[in-house]
Amino acid sequence: MADLTTEFLGIKSPNPFWLASAPPTDKEYNVRRAFEAGWGGVVWKTLGSEGPPVVNVNGPRYGAIYGADRRLLGLNNIELITDRPLEVNLEEITRVKADYPDRAIIVSIMVPCEEQAWKDILPRVAATGADGIELNFGCPHGMSERGMGAAVGQVPEYIEMVTRWCKQYYDKPVIVKLTPNITDVRKPAAAAMRGGADAVSLINTINSITSVNLDTMSPEPSIDGKGSHGGYCGPAVKPIAMSMVSEIARNPETHGLPISGIGGITTWRDAAEFISLGAGNVQVCTAAMTYGFKIVQEMISGLSQWMDEKGYTSVEEVVGRAVPNVTDWKYLNLNYVAKAKINQDDCIKCGRCFAACEDTSHQAIAMSEDRTFTVIDEECVACNLCVDVCPVENCITLEKMTPGEVDPRTGKVVEKEYANWTTHPNNPGAVAAE
Amino acid sequence: MSSPMTPGLAAARLPAEQLAENFDDLHAPFAPHEAAVASDRCYFCHDAPCVTACPTDIDIPLFIRQISTGTAEAAAKTIFDQNILGGMCARVCPTEDLCEQACVRELAEGKPVEIGRLQRYATDTLMAKQSHPYTRAPQTGKTVAVVGAGPAGLSCAHRLAMYGHDVTIYDAEAKPGGLNEFGIAAYKATDDFAAREVNWLLGIGGIAIKTGVRLGTELTLEALTDHHDAVFLGVGLGGVNALRSDGEDKDGVRDAVGFIKDLRQASDLTALPVGRDVVVIGGGMTAVDAAVQSKLLGAQNVTIAYRRGRDAMSASAYEQDLAASKGVRLMFNAQPVAIHGNGSAHEIELEYTADDGTGLKGTGETIRLRADQVFKAIGQTLTTDGGLALDARKIAVTGAGRTSRGGIWAGGDCASGGDDLTVTAVAEGRDAAMDIHDVLMG
Repeated sequence: MADLTTEFLGIKSPNPFWLASAPPTDKEYNVRRAFEAGWGGVVWKTLGSEGPPVVNVNGPRYGAIYGADRRLLGLNNIELITDRPLEVNLEEITRVKADYPDRAIIVSIMVPCEEQAWKDILPRVAATGADGIELNFGCPHGMSERGMGAAVGQVPEYIEMVTRWCKQYYDKPVIVKLTPNITDVRKPAAAAMRGGADAVSLINTINSITSVNLDTMSPEPSIDGKGSHGGYCGPAVKPIAMSMVSEIARNPETHGLPISGIGGITTWRDAAEFISLGAGNVQVCTAAMTYGFKIVQEMISGLSQWMDEKGYTSVEEVVGRAVPNVTDWKYLNLNYVAKAKINQDDCIKCGRCFAACEDTSHQAIAMSEDRTFTVIDEECVACNLCVDVCPVENCITLEKMTPGEVDPRTGKVVEKEYANWTTHPNNPGAVAAE
Repeated sequence: MSSPMTPGLAAARLPAEQLAENFDDLHAPFAPHEAAVASDRCYFCHDAPCVTACPTDIDIPLFIRQISTGTAEAAAKTIFDQNILGGMCARVCPTEDLCEQACVRELAEGKPVEIGRLQRYATDTLMAKQSHPYTRAPQTGKTVAVVGAGPAGLSCAHRLAMYGHDVTIYDAEAKPGGLNEFGIAAYKATDDFAAREVNWLLGIGGIAIKTGVRLGTELTLEALTDHHDAVFLGVGLGGVNALRSDGEDKDGVRDAVGFIKDLRQASDLTALPVGRDVVVIGGGMTAVDAAVQSKLLGAQNVTIAYRRGRDAMSASAYEQDLAASKGVRLMFNAQPVAIHGNGSAHEIELEYTADDGTGLKGTGETIRLRADQVFKAIGQTLTTDGGLALDARKIAVTGAGRTSRGGIWAGGDCASGGDDLTVTAVAEGRDAAMDIHDVLMG
């Protein structure tokens, strides 16, 4: 079994699976259970300033989106940062860290954008013995209305300023947690880097309304007939999160900045994908909230099996392996030509590929009297829609054409050489190929 | 060639192709897509009822999730960690009475997650891929004798070998496997699975098998305890209860277990004779296995006659339905009185029974059925107790299989307590091994 020991910013943990700052890490009881279940580390739920803690709503905090068979695909929440006294949290963190020296404990913090507020809380967090801090610049609801959370994360200058304070008054690693509720995630990441951040973590949750009750006309979750946008997370947000992670990983300005990947990680495969896109470790919340802490066992066994099969001996070896293959559209090889192929032995004759192609795409699938579906190579642009809608895995595949063959759609010989849009004759700005 | 209508005992009642089809897998293995769909139905319950219902405590939600994420090999490890014969148990466990009965989706929809078939998918995947997934701890220098190479003995031996002890398994038969090899219906363990599983299990190393040696004749407990640091008895129940009816000695009357054994060991099913009119006496799994297989061999009429009512039948409702679907007639409240015939069985005379609250009694009214073959499946008995204390005619055990004599453990069908199931035997063998280890290394 592959060794999953991970060192992130010099912080060692037995595996790359940390629990994200969220309800599962709000208190000692949960965190101890999480460590017993096998989690490699936790980011303790966000602490606020000294004084009366924030209060939460007393109605529903969560809303959900379901797939078939009521599988939870997306969750949103309107819960705020910890609603327990600062001192209680600090005492608990100190105790748990002392009992679990081999696990990572990071403390998430959100205090007002005033230097003194950070100066006050940082030494107290440092005294707990926690391994580092994460700055919550991402929470999109409630706290953002008070000038914190996402309100900071949406202003790169604030990110840089607060990060700098933290590096000044705290000597362990500082992770900046980014909000996805912006247009270009590279900007806040670069700001964090300029401020001296040791790493960024992303994504925090996405502004969302999960549903509307059509009887009461209230958005859900509904508090006495009214709703407020919540933060969306869970499997549904994974593609968005992975894109953002990859953008930071491949941006020359932030390339090499350690990333803690977050967003819908539910299985070992999700984790491996985030890691391949540049995440040094991953944080999980919704999967634990859906299935309990035990879910980490599958992540551990699966990642380990996959690494063994691939011959990887450390998580480090996997980090960023897919990053060089994330590129701009304009660099994609336009001489790569493929055609869809339907395996008749696997086909169950549902006709979904036909409906999709005939109605919405290129009329490249023929249907016979006896419901045999075949690809018309003369029309097929290899868009992949038939593959995506086919209920049978690997029944329809995209087959690469060999250079030298003639593409029946264009009548042109498939070229062997790579060529992209930058040199394409249809591109008004094309550079002549040398 | 004969036909189902040929009177008396006859071989080749059905053509070879039909027999091959009849004795094929009862449940075809899952294809990957089917396994993905089936595994997606699991809710990953907390403290799951299916695990509680499993005698070997396999972490079912975890292994199903591992299948759903494309790591069937990791799923198999989860299974084998608890049950090294997870491959056979996936085929023969009465899941309808165990894990699948407990499944929350059985309660909610009457359609449980297909745990047994998923378990087979995982274990088949790993067994096809790897030689053996476990390694031995450093050798301890201790040796343990395991008597009986059935599920209890194999499970015990494997766990002991993992701990680093050297194990010798002694078995009375010419082949290891016990009831997995000789007693399970053929359509539940096709393609020589029992033998393949034993070979795979022995891949751990440190286990020697001596066949053809029987406790009480070639072997004595004294010699075993003299030569080994501990002894585990997993000898099963080698004796068969008699009908105590007139005519029991007629040709065509035999033990169901003997018939099943012949069938399992037959290299050519067309050479195996079966009656035209078969009557099986009993109400357990053995009765069902004998009856169904008689039908599959081409018997024209097969009847299971059970002296009590349907509710008391120890074969599960699923097994009863299976028998019925194959054309076996289930007859309740009928007990054998006599077998008639001139040298060979020709008819069986049964008496109806009733229970008026003071116990089951014959009503005096009888019925005769044509029967050129009668199978006795009314329970098995312990053949040798080695002088150990007994409890309800089985070797008395306490805790993890400790017998009345120190240094001797017992498990499986021969030991008191527990259901006589493969999976229970595996659990008892495993737990005894852990206890033996603690005692030897204590």
